[in-house]
Amino acid sequence: MAAPDGRRVRPYLATRGRTRPVQDIAIEALVSTTKDGRTHGADPEPERERILRLCHSPRSVAEVAAIVSMPLGVARVLVADLETEGLVRVADPHAAFAGSAEPARNLSVLERVRDGLRRL
Amino acid sequence: MAFVDSEVSGGTQADQDALSVKIVVAGGFGVGKTTFVGAVSEIEPLRTEALMTEASTSVDDLSMLPEKRTTTVAMDFGRITLADDLVLYLFGTPGQNRFWFMWDDITRGAIGAVVLVDTRRLADCFGAIDYVEQRGIPFVVALNAFNGVQEHDVEDVRDALQVGPEVPFVVTDARERESVKVVLVTLVEHAMSLIQQP
Repeated sequence: MAAPDGRRVRPYLATRGRTRPVQDIAIEALVSTTKDGRTHGADPEPERERILRLCHSPRSVAEVAAIVSMPLGVARVLVADLETEGLVRVADPHAAFAGSAEPARNLSVLERVRDGLRRL
Repeated sequence: MAFVDSEVSGGTQADQDALSVKIVVAGGFGVGKTTFVGAVSEIEPLRTEALMTEASTSVDDLSMLPEKRTTTVAMDFGRITLADDLVLYLFGTPGQNRFWFMWDDITRGAIGAVVLVDTRRLADCFGAIDYVEQRGIPFVVALNAFNGVQEHDVEDVRDALQVGPEVPFVVTDARERESVKVVLVTLVEHAMSLIQQP
């Protein structure tokens, strides 16, 4: 993003009204570009643009960081900002199981993982 | 927001509703964690980095002011798509055990951990075993057999590591896909048994 005087401002310096601490986003949480994100047009910030393109198929936060070549903490902030703006969706596996056992302690999830591994 | 998509669309957007789970691959530096991950990953193992600011005090610095330096902590990981709506990630821990802050991030919500052991350098895995034991993370010990580990060595290693009989030990070859699969299935079954017998 550009400041009014034309200087380039690192977007992760801004807080933008995020609703949760970015550290709460699991490294394996899947990020996918929403319809709004697909029709957003080229984002002026190249890293944001790359994330929006990359996540047309869902990618984990860790993959985003690795493929876009940015530290994990920066990727988390950018993903959280894009989520706040409705441009990506973050499927956090822990949030999805809120109130019940998290997926890693859910027997039916573990059975599916085991069976999937055996089929490889 | 995309709540409507996720709640209503059902199977038509399965890829958007995928669940991701993870397994941690821990062990000392150079034990073969990335090889292990690469043997089953559908992608070349990727490397992600975290920046860490360390306060360090130089003894040569007469002012004794702590100086900060930034260290990069790297971890390698792979991905296995198990079904349209289920993705398994394998995260290798950073080689240097002092980066425990990173371990918290990697292990949070994990199915469990594979502690990969080189029997020639047993002490290298002590930190990893302490970590997962203290946090109650289900784990299996996998003896990497590139050194020709024999099955009869396993109980000796168990004694040396002081790990209880409830923890599965497996001899593996981190280069072999089928062998790595066996380790992962053993871990998942162990995690399941811990749920069934809380």
